[in-house]
Amino acid sequence: MAVLTQPRSRRLVRPRGLAWRRALWGYVFISPWIIGFLLFTLGPMIATLGFTFTNINLEQAEPLRFVGLRNYEKLINDPTAIHSLTVTFRYALIALPVAVALPFAVALLLHSRHLRGSGAFRVLFFMPYVVPFVAGVLIWQGMLGSEGNGWVNNFLQLIGIEHPPDWLESTTWIYPGLVIMGVWGIGAGVIIYLAGLKGIPSELYDAARIDGAGAWASLRNVTIPLMSPVVFYTLVLAVVEVLQYFLVPLVLKNGTGQPGGSTLFYNLYLYKNFFAFQDMSYGATLAWVLFAITLLLTLLLFWGARRWVYYAGEAR
Amino acid sequence: MAVGVGLQQSGGRLTGLVRRRGRGRAESRRPAERGDRSKSFLVTLIAVLFLAAFLSPLLRAATFAVKSTDQISQPGSPVYPADPATFEYEGKLLDVYNVPIDGATRELALLQPGRAESQFVDPGNPAGPPITWQGSWRTLTPAWTFAPHWDNFAEVWDLIDYPRLLFNTFAIAVIGTIGTILSCTVVAYGFARFRFPGRNVLFTLLIATIFLPYAVTIIPTYTLFVELGWVGTWLPLLVPAFFANAYDVFLMRQYFMTIPTEMDEAAAIDGAGPFRTLISVILPQAWPVVIAVAIFHLVYSWNDFFGPLIYLSAKPDLQPLAVGLSRFNGIHYRNPELIQAGTLMTMIIPVVAFLLTSRFFTRGIVITGVEK
Repeated sequence: MAVLTQPRSRRLVRPRGLAWRRALWGYVFISPWIIGFLLFTLGPMIATLGFTFTNINLEQAEPLRFVGLRNYEKLINDPTAIHSLTVTFRYALIALPVAVALPFAVALLLHSRHLRGSGAFRVLFFMPYVVPFVAGVLIWQGMLGSEGNGWVNNFLQLIGIEHPPDWLESTTWIYPGLVIMGVWGIGAGVIIYLAGLKGIPSELYDAARIDGAGAWASLRNVTIPLMSPVVFYTLVLAVVEVLQYFLVPLVLKNGTGQPGGSTLFYNLYLYKNFFAFQDMSYGATLAWVLFAITLLLTLLLFWGARRWVYYAGEAR
Repeated sequence: MAVGVGLQQSGGRLTGLVRRRGRGRAESRRPAERGDRSKSFLVTLIAVLFLAAFLSPLLRAATFAVKSTDQISQPGSPVYPADPATFEYEGKLLDVYNVPIDGATRELALLQPGRAESQFVDPGNPAGPPITWQGSWRTLTPAWTFAPHWDNFAEVWDLIDYPRLLFNTFAIAVIGTIGTILSCTVVAYGFARFRFPGRNVLFTLLIATIFLPYAVTIIPTYTLFVELGWVGTWLPLLVPAFFANAYDVFLMRQYFMTIPTEMDEAAAIDGAGPFRTLISVILPQAWPVVIAVAIFHLVYSWNDFFGPLIYLSAKPDLQPLAVGLSRFNGIHYRNPELIQAGTLMTMIIPVVAFLLTSRFFTRGIVITGVEK
């Protein structure tokens, strides 16, 4: 008896030890990310927040001290900061609908059973996505040029528009111009939408057809509601991206904000404060305000999502 | 797939019905197919037109890259790369113009320019008598001959120090890719195969970093690299790659979770430790995702501009292509042909890499985009 019970009791203890050892292994394996997260994400985030309450800068001519909310006060009373925020929002207003709807439209086109050679179309619509963005900006800069060499305006003149806009030199047309430049980035969105379209069960379309729905009605009542989670995901990512937008104008206008301050995006102003003016504390304040705006908008989107995003799983 | 079938059927039947009513029996034998064919043509045509507009900047870049500066500055010059046509006549080089004579336009070499009348030689018949044309030669448009200037690429190659930039880009991309694969593999393995307290919270945190604005961490990070003396070296670009990133960890975890655990357990019974299991059971089955992550990182690294810009701005010798091209644009913006040649030389490698591996690429995007 004693011989038999001994191994059994050991067996009762061992799984716990094993589970614990497995858990330890789990921590060991994810440790590179944990360390990286603490070192390059959480640590710097907290440090950035700390900076906003001080007068820290790279040179530190005056002694480092706590300044309370003075940086935030400065931001509210800084017309350039407010201007740059309106620039970002003005761009976002045009860019967001395009970023959400255009990949959807292209995906619907590519998903059509009537399309011949859809595989090749998929590859070619995606291809510009891998073009390094600096190259893309320089290519589009020529494309949107207004001195007879820009193909966009050549085309517009061909179809009868005598005075096409000066896309990249006008304080109004610069925003549509930048949105056109961004069109090359739709590839990832198209593929995500396409995968979503493939996931819609065909029974739903059959049912809609039996109910007498035409192509338009089944798009409105089947495709769009079922695609709403994908639309939502694309929208959230686009909002986060558009609020950080500044690299294209940085390359295009060399960070000058030309024409007439219309490309002085919020993030460009932020980086100027840090890299050009070496003002760490004010740069950090701008960064945290951007973070807060992003977080707020994302939460708003998630809150609003309950009204229009349809999750098939929840219906049960 | 299934959805497409559904749409096609409904469309086909509807057009079939319409046709049957409108056109009698003879043509209604296979109405569905007929309707499909015209629809196919229409949809494919729309796609072709849209794609042509979408990729036209690429065509423009390619033609401008092999044009001469002179041609670009001349209004009304051809869309294709060309030089003004010339004709050698009795040891002299004559310019060729489009001359309207008797209602037809002929390409003639200008022998004797004049305001009221000019004399021309027909390049097709140089032995013949000179042709006199009434009118000012200045009103004529020059004739062009197709002439791609391939030497633009050679010029950019030297001016931009392409071999050095290419080497830098490659080195940064390859080292970063190695770091990304090593770190993301182990982290994804940890999340996919082990139960530990806080796993879900940590995983959510990992995914949340995708939505974090870069700006909120860059200032202390940059300052840290300044303190470490790493600014002006590749280290700020390479070291973080060895600490995993959310996109690639997520991608690899999703893939690992589709691999049955029975094989892990068999390996464990044979005495393999967790690390051994990763190397000899998981990785051999996961190579498609490893390739996908490698291409993702290659493209990411090739595209990265801001990192190299801030860390290597004082070290042109260490910069990758993206930053080099931007600098080149600042100097040679008056030579659009060189700029366009430079853009093609910058994008050729990621584009070819993508075209060769597009399957892995798109699958990876589907996993990170949809399953999250």
